[in-house]
Amino acid sequence: MSFDTRLLLGDEAVAQGALDAGISGCYAYPGTPSTEIMEFIQRCPERRERPLHAQWSVNEKTAMEAGLGMSYAGRRALVCMKHVGLNVAADAFVNAAVTGTHGGLVVVAADDPSMHSSQNEQDSRFYAKFALLPCLEPGNQQEAYEMTVYGLALSEKLRLPVLLRLTTRLAHSRADVRPGPRRAPNELSMPDNERRFVLLPAIARRNYAALVARQPELLQAALADGFNAFRPGPNRALGILAAGPAVNYLHESFPRGICPHPVLKISQYPVPPELLRQLLDSCDQLLVLEDGMPLLEEFLNGPLGDPRIRGRLSGQLPRTGELTPDTVAAALGRPVRPSRPASELVMARPPRLCDGCPHIESYKALQEVLAGTPAARVFADIGCYTLGALPPFEAIHSCVDMGASISMAKGAADAGLHPAVAVIGDSTFTHSGMTSLLDAVCENTRMTVFILDNGTTGMTGGQESAAAGRLDSLVAGLGVPAAKIQVITPLPQQHAANVAALRQAIFNTDGLAVVIARRECIQTAKIHKK
Amino acid sequence: MKYDILLCGVGGQGILTIGHVVGEMARRAGWRVKQPEVHGMAQRGGAVEAHVRLSEAPVHSDLIPRGGADLIVAMEPLEALRHLPLLAPDGWVITATESVRNCAGYPESAALLAELDALPHKVLLPVADLARQAGSPRGANMVLLGALSTRLSFPEAAYGAAIRDLFGRKGDAVVQANLAAFAAGRAAAV
Ligand SMILES: Cc1ncc(C[n+]2csc(CCOP(=O)(O)OP(=O)(O)O)c2C)c(N)n1
Ligand code: SF4
Repeated sequence: MSFDTRLLLGDEAVAQGALDAGISGCYAYPGTPSTEIMEFIQRCPERRERPLHAQWSVNEKTAMEAGLGMSYAGRRALVCMKHVGLNVAADAFVNAAVTGTHGGLVVVAADDPSMHSSQNEQDSRFYAKFALLPCLEPGNQQEAYEMTVYGLALSEKLRLPVLLRLTTRLAHSRADVRPGPRRAPNELSMPDNERRFVLLPAIARRNYAALVARQPELLQAALADGFNAFRPGPNRALGILAAGPAVNYLHESFPRGICPHPVLKISQYPVPPELLRQLLDSCDQLLVLEDGMPLLEEFLNGPLGDPRIRGRLSGQLPRTGELTPDTVAAALGRPVRPSRPASELVMARPPRLCDGCPHIESYKALQEVLAGTPAARVFADIGCYTLGALPPFEAIHSCVDMGASISMAKGAADAGLHPAVAVIGDSTFTHSGMTSLLDAVCENTRMTVFILDNGTTGMTGGQESAAAGRLDSLVAGLGVPAAKIQVITPLPQQHAANVAALRQAIFNTDGLAVVIARRECIQTAKIHKK
Repeated sequence: MKYDILLCGVGGQGILTIGHVVGEMARRAGWRVKQPEVHGMAQRGGAVEAHVRLSEAPVHSDLIPRGGADLIVAMEPLEALRHLPLLAPDGWVITATESVRNCAGYPESAALLAELDALPHKVLLPVADLARQAGSPRGANMVLLGALSTRLSFPEAAYGAAIRDLFGRKGDAVVQANLAAFAAGRAAAV
């Protein structure tokens, strides 16, 4: 058995599944815990054998749309993002359900319950429900592989996008995976009815009615295709509904993994009501184990609540945070193993900017310039530079969503706040900051945009940045006059000059000013030197 | 047979590499493996951990339950203490003694080491020193792997093969340095 298996992260199992299912392209923007899918495809040997798109997109929306375009042209595509990326891609995602697809299209959204590296723990299953699309939730790495293969076939059969939901634990856990046979990629071909991609109201109404009418097909697939399974059990006092990887914690809770209760394992949505009925009829009470938000639990409770249903809402499990083997064992009333208490010497060890990171010098200069101005506010953004919120800098006042730095600074400036400073990284700028900057250009808003150009997407591991080599011309192209753009080098020996440049931008400019701090990320610089 | 191993340290110390070697070796022996790792933000100098679950039977949970770890293997003493609640009552702690003091209020070394030393089953090693003496200053994680190997049933040759496969790309000198570090850790722990 050891020779035909490979140790793969859940992310890598998805990537290998997509490769074996004959995708012609992957479209993605980096984001923990989804990044390793694209990185695996970029490294794969298949790329030497056949054309295979594996370039990062500028953001999740462009990735989703490019994936839909590849599907339109008859070829299979994989689109990957972290959960909050689906907010950015949502317009395209929801409307792609209305156009439908041609070549198979699987959209991977990697959720991050417990917010290991995220701003929230939103649950992507809601998006599938909202868009009336099938959702797959693999329970382990082998299923991550198989369900990606299946998802691409299902998408081609239903002619709809399929959402594949991962969570951090599965995405970033390695296990032995046994790959299956390879399928040939599709040839270029046009969709049967090209008008369905023209969402004029008259056509959209027809498409949408058809999408609603086809929901029974989605339920039928979820009933018949084998990823949802009911297993009876002798102890009918309690039944278990376990979604995706939650089933692993269930089995972990019993000796040799044998659970005495009836169990319904859910890995495909929408959930067929007959399976829920079967489970409810075979038990007195029901415990719902699902990672993320209580979607199934809420559904089973209905608006009036149902005292038989246990889970996160009833308090058997914590309402927030990822499931763990310990919280699940406790909800099952399993005996607690003896263990040692936490040591009193232990304290938090938060991440920090690398020694020599260019952002350190950028923040030192900014802090000095704003030192005597308590009214100043720094609206920052998402990236390594968000660590400027922690000591020793404590230099920023906000971090909300990609691009929000510039737009929030603008709104605050419109409200009369001065000085309003936006701090944004180069990759975040091309992801969502350019449109925000154009708003400020249009009104020549009195604010400063400080772009920290380290040449890479540092936070997620140093992927290439779409701004590389063209940031200045992008800023100028959006309409910022050359006289209002300064470029500085965030090095200790440049400190005085950097302070002067920032002071000029923040205090001596009427209207909008842009300062670009340019020095390569220490980590990518090390790799480039090798 | 099964081993549940909690690997931990500070971002950049090479914890995940230890996990790769052990996981790959177990897979080759026909064992089942689950190995969740910390990627992303925490790697930037923060606390990093990987759960390594190796078993001849299927592994269910990716995470090790509280009180279930057979071994805590740490590149940093405070990180070893952080995960004590995971350790089984008769479990072993194998830890580096060198501190990484990159957070506010880091405790006195003496207090830290005393708490570790009071554990019933432990191996405390100055891994950076041992790596330097073995001529492999960047192989501290391989010293720790060597120490860990004394508590596992896999044959010594299997580690050598896994290390060769992992570092082969980087040339023979790198492979030899890592093998030397591994041997030093193994010798120090028996
Ligand atoms: C919508 C969305 N997509 C992706 C991410 C993940 N993410 C966080 S920071 C970041 C990149 C930051 O790169 P950059 O702005 O260049 O800053 P750096 O980390 O290099 O300092 C990414 C991709 C996210 N938080 N939100
Ligand atoms: S990875 Fe690069 S950008 Fe991020 S903290 Fe380190 S040096 Fe700075």
